[in-house]
Amino acid sequence: MRTVVASRPRGLFAWLAITLATAWVALVILLPLASVFIEAFRKGVGAYLDAFRDPDAIAAIQLTLTVAAISVPLNALFGVAAAWLVTRFEFVGKTLLLTLIDLPFSLSPVISGLVWVLLFGASGWFGPLLDSLGIAVIFNVTGIVLATILVTLPFVARELIPLMQAQGAEEEIAAVTLGAGGLQTFFHVTLPNIAWALLSGVLLCNARAMGEFGAVSVVSGHIRGQTDTLPLHIEVLYNDYNFVAAFAVASLLAGLALVTLGAKAALEWRLGREGAGAGRG
Amino acid sequence: MSRALTLRRWRWREPSILPGFAPALGFTLFYVGLIVLIPLCALVARPWEHGIGGFWATITEDRVLAALRLSFTAALAAAVVNVAMGLIVAWALVRFEFPGRRLLDAAVDLPFALPTAVAGIALATLYAPNGWVGALFAPFGIKIAYTPLGVFIALVAVGLPFIVRTVQPVLQDLDAEVEEAARLLGAPAWRRFVEIIFPAILPALITGFSLAFARAVGEYGSVIFIAGNLPMKSEIAPLLIVVKLEQYNYAGAASVGLAMLILSFAVLAAINLTQRVIARRGAA
Repeated sequence: MRTVVASRPRGLFAWLAITLATAWVALVILLPLASVFIEAFRKGVGAYLDAFRDPDAIAAIQLTLTVAAISVPLNALFGVAAAWLVTRFEFVGKTLLLTLIDLPFSLSPVISGLVWVLLFGASGWFGPLLDSLGIAVIFNVTGIVLATILVTLPFVARELIPLMQAQGAEEEIAAVTLGAGGLQTFFHVTLPNIAWALLSGVLLCNARAMGEFGAVSVVSGHIRGQTDTLPLHIEVLYNDYNFVAAFAVASLLAGLALVTLGAKAALEWRLGREGAGAGRG
Repeated sequence: MSRALTLRRWRWREPSILPGFAPALGFTLFYVGLIVLIPLCALVARPWEHGIGGFWATITEDRVLAALRLSFTAALAAAVVNVAMGLIVAWALVRFEFPGRRLLDAAVDLPFALPTAVAGIALATLYAPNGWVGALFAPFGIKIAYTPLGVFIALVAVGLPFIVRTVQPVLQDLDAEVEEAARLLGAPAWRRFVEIIFPAILPALITGFSLAFARAVGEYGSVIFIAGNLPMKSEIAPLLIVVKLEQYNYAGAASVGLAMLILSFAVLAAINLTQRVIARRGAA
């Protein structure tokens, strides 16, 4: 079988399709992105930088980094364990497990926050117990971390599973047959094979963890300078009609998104050259 | 005899020489249980505090019904538009070599990575009556931001990559020879599209549609800024969860959440069924 190769556009319809596609992506995706940076610099570089001198903004940056630093490694560890389990062993209930791993993708972010309030909120199942122990989860960093972990749980696993499935277990079986231990096999055979896909999954997971809004907004309680992450800080500034500062902070997250996509494209190019294509996120 | 029986006994897992099954299983189940399963149980169990009547009373409140209706119709409408536009974008990316193609290809992924709050304030500012796009429509008396139309626009922006990224690989892998044969036999372009290409990409279009729809129904961050959130008019269902939580009405919030889940699973199941019927007809 031969596939269609992209050719130089000929005829009215070809150019019409290209124009329409370009105009649509420009309108729906590029224009909003450009407007973030234009609005951020509307009153000059000084006003832009002022947005980051605000102590609340600095606190939001610190909180966002903290939350990502806890939730991303945990989900990376989970992704590797789950991918190892699902692609290297056959067991009953695997399909159900895969469904559960994918489930956070189809949950509304607000529901991903709500469930933690139902468990740990003031009148949640474990609320009174936690209260008597003096532990706060909701309106606290712990709740934000839990909500973020739930939302970003599938990212690394979803990146690794198709790749490890495609690679098969032959190399690991060979290593074990030759007498390598479990950890030795993992670090010397498996990890080098999945390193780039793992990195790609971690990048996507991190971008989502730092940018998550809905789930975090439900559990955070919006205590300024304490439980506001960067996306929540954007909301506060925007609702205060402080548009330049809101867009300045937004431009930071937009920059993170651009860097993430750039790095992911570079990784995919590398993966493609190594001849093992990982599934797209 | 008894040995043979033991060998044929039902096993819950296939034996493997690879190590690490027990720790991987233990950790994975513990993690999924803690992060996904237990929280989900809370969502399923909490709405019934005032019996089934309480659940029903909540989800049939006028304000809740209006929000559910808006969320589901706007999500379906946005997914329909995205199927059409996403197909055109995927088509242009796969079939033609043109300046800026790689940039266009890269830009399509942006909504996957751009935080929703960032997209939200950008769209609200663009489509406000004094915004760049909103100002073009304001003279004609068309308001986009702070109306259901604004909700629809935000959901269109969120859903585009889902269609493009599911259809693009299928378009890429189509057999060129079938199309060439049809062309040599004198089939005009529209017929080649309708009879050869469209049936081949239809399952991918439907998959992309359901992905875009599922994402749009629950979308929050990119919608609330442009929606204006007027009760009964431009309030989306996820926002009502937040409203009920702010009133410490946990059962009410859980009811709306559960209703959203059940409704969207019903829609997705219907789409899935359609896809199977089409696949069977294609095979017959």
